[in-house]
Amino acid sequence: MTFLTIDAIGKSYGPTLALDAIDMKIEAGGRTAIVGPSGSGKTTLLRIIAGFETPDVGSLILDGRALAGKGVLVPAHKRGIGIVSQDGALFPHLTVADNIGFGLAKKAADRDKRIAELMEMVELDGIMAARRPHQLSGGQQQRVALARALALKPRLMLLDEPFSALDTGLRDTMRRTVARVLRAAGTTAILVTHDQAEALSFADQVAVLRQGRLVQFGSPRALYGKPRDRETATFLGEAILLDANIVSGRADCVLGSLVVEPGSKKGRATIMLRPEQIRLTTATAGSEGPVGHVDDVEFGGGDCMVLVRIDRTDRAMPDFLSIKCVGFDIPGPGALVRISVHGPAHVLAD
Amino acid sequence: MSATAFHVESISALRRLVVAARGRAGVPYLWVTILAALVSLLSLMPLGFIAWITVQTGWETASKLIFRARVGDLMINTALLELCTIPLTIVLSVALAWLTERTDLPGVRLWAWLAVAPLAVPAFVHSYAWISLFPGLHGLPGGVLVSVLAYFPFLYLPVAAQLRRLDPAIEDAAASLGLNPWQVFFRTILPQLRLAICGGSLLVGLHLLAEYGLYVMIRFDTFSTAIVDQFQSAFNGPAANMLAGVLVSCCLLLLGIELIVRGGERYARVGSGAARPADRRRLGFMAVPALALNIVTMALAIGVPFVTLTRWLYIGGAEIWRIDLVGSAFGQTIVLAVAGGVMATITAAPMAWLSVRAPGRLQRIFEACHYYVGSLPGVVVALALVTITVRLILPLYQTFATLFLAYVLLFLPRAMVGLRTSIAQAPVELERAAMALGRTPFQAVRQTTMRLAAPGVAASTALVALGITNELTATLMLSPTGVETLATKFWSLTSEIDYVAAAPYAVMMVILSLPLTFLLYIQSRRAVGQ
Repeated sequence: MTFLTIDAIGKSYGPTLALDAIDMKIEAGGRTAIVGPSGSGKTTLLRIIAGFETPDVGSLILDGRALAGKGVLVPAHKRGIGIVSQDGALFPHLTVADNIGFGLAKKAADRDKRIAELMEMVELDGIMAARRPHQLSGGQQQRVALARALALKPRLMLLDEPFSALDTGLRDTMRRTVARVLRAAGTTAILVTHDQAEALSFADQVAVLRQGRLVQFGSPRALYGKPRDRETATFLGEAILLDANIVSGRADCVLGSLVVEPGSKKGRATIMLRPEQIRLTTATAGSEGPVGHVDDVEFGGGDCMVLVRIDRTDRAMPDFLSIKCVGFDIPGPGALVRISVHGPAHVLAD
Repeated sequence: MSATAFHVESISALRRLVVAARGRAGVPYLWVTILAALVSLLSLMPLGFIAWITVQTGWETASKLIFRARVGDLMINTALLELCTIPLTIVLSVALAWLTERTDLPGVRLWAWLAVAPLAVPAFVHSYAWISLFPGLHGLPGGVLVSVLAYFPFLYLPVAAQLRRLDPAIEDAAASLGLNPWQVFFRTILPQLRLAICGGSLLVGLHLLAEYGLYVMIRFDTFSTAIVDQFQSAFNGPAANMLAGVLVSCCLLLLGIELIVRGGERYARVGSGAARPADRRRLGFMAVPALALNIVTMALAIGVPFVTLTRWLYIGGAEIWRIDLVGSAFGQTIVLAVAGGVMATITAAPMAWLSVRAPGRLQRIFEACHYYVGSLPGVVVALALVTITVRLILPLYQTFATLFLAYVLLFLPRAMVGLRTSIAQAPVELERAAMALGRTPFQAVRQTTMRLAAPGVAASTALVALGITNELTATLMLSPTGVETLATKFWSLTSEIDYVAAAPYAVMMVILSLPLTFLLYIQSRRAVGQ
């Protein structure tokens, strides 16, 4: 069932087009990530959903009720949408408990109980209740912001880069906590982020935004494995892009003849392989399949970048491929390696 | 221990302190510290005077002079003036600041500038303007009206600056939690303005205590007017001195109240990165009452002085512009103002330098001395200097030396503000680089920090100079015979009810103050990077 419908939303600031006819349908209880480089319009879209910005065109429907468009504009404070922003935006003049209880009625009998419940839900120690926001760490501040937004039991929660100000380790912990808390509360969530790994691991639907346009929308797996174009392919992770000629279900390229997905287009095209599809094994002269020489190894701990030189008989210039390998037992520079590919190659649409 | 031994001992103790605090070679912190300490001692003189004179007078006489009906009346007047003026000023300034900073009020830039403009008109010129138009205006209502109009920019400036600094994400968060715009204002914006409102109110409150000319003209008795009355009738009798003691207590009380109300809370934005600039709220049809508020305020605060001055100038014609009188007062004012400005800036320099380069407990104590004396009324400082010179060093009485000393004491905090920020902009690394290239410490400071701080030094000097231009009370009480500044000449003419002849002096003061006002406006914008 569609919970939130974003229908042809457009917004410009003077001559700059921030959003261009964005269409999206979001299911109830789902977690959607809007991902894109900075300036792609993702925060503008989030602010339009929250009600802090007015769209120029298009409409917004939440659970059957029009929020914006066609002469309707529900102000932010009447939308019942929770938001957690990049640095929490905690009220600096209030204690943690008062921050969390800000949206609750002042005289509500169960106010204190509710605050305690919320603090427990986001794994905040009870002794924090009397502290001020500036006495908390970044992660704790985000937990308070989340608890404050959850207090009103919003049907939709907007997360505006809530983890980007945190350290790497803390970021993962917070992401799991937030996902768990939202799942437990049954809240639909939209996460805006510029971090593709975060988007892929958090959401069950990912929307890629670029220059105000919705480039691709689908499950994380589909987007990662079958990106529409070069930019999306490289934005969502390491990608090896090769020129190829596609004839009857196989792609002819520098790595030999590779299987492509059924139904791919034919003729000259660009194919994409993810590094984890490629394996390097030590080879001897005269082995089968594509071979190359290791030109350089950039050690990076768990993952290493191996630069492989592939000599060509038909051209003077060799091809170079950067391949990410697990950093155990990798061949050293000068070694001859066999390059094997697992799974089909993905053919980019353009 | 002999005196010399004690001296050596204390110097070496100070040296240890300074070396321990900084632990690095370079500019001799010791000498700068000693200079700053001397300046701080000097600035404690008026407070010391009050204490000394109270002891000298003896408790019996003192209590007779303090606990009498006259002091009680003055106390009630002062309390009523503060209690009526400050709340009104807060409401007006917050409303104006919010309208100019956070709404799409038509002509918002112009209104923001006009809200600061009343500062260009000295307070006693404000009351002169009102008395000219409404001769019947007097007492508490008159005093409150003119005080609000003359002093509201002191509150408007910090409140507007704070509003610009607020993180709009906090208001968004409040709205997403179901608060309507009014609730957002009262529950999130207003609490965050607390420090600005407290600081501004303190400034207004201290001005109400210190102002003399405004209340004489509006016929409202305060401690300042009573002290000058006493001084003029009985010179430096104990009665005036005891009133000054009560006035100083009022100032300290005000400082204490502000300290308590301000509280120890933190209002700075929590979080990293830069805040998004705030959106302006659409006023819609509310723009009409909003515009009306601005128009009425500016008509009263700027329109009235403008109309009065124009009218008197028109009536007076060319005759009132006597170059021998106006020109001479103008020349004397400029000389006094610039010389006083330079002196105050030089005096503040060691202190400002220490506060940036070697902040610590000792330096904070020094600074507190300046700060509290800067908040003392001119009449108290002047009375202290009169008494001290008359009793101890008579040859200095009514000399330029005493007058300049008063100016330096009164305007040290002003000089500090500009100096400190500009020294802070010259990183110490540059001094070190210069020393590494073979300059002596003093050459290094002169060629790097002083050069970079030059604009700030100029601004400090100008701020003090313009303060002196409009200074009335201390100048009246201390200036050598024959010295006539624009303010004192204006004052003597209005005392003779010669409003027409006084107009040119008022106009000259306003013109001289306009750059100051503009400077304040620019600084308050720059403080938040706009």
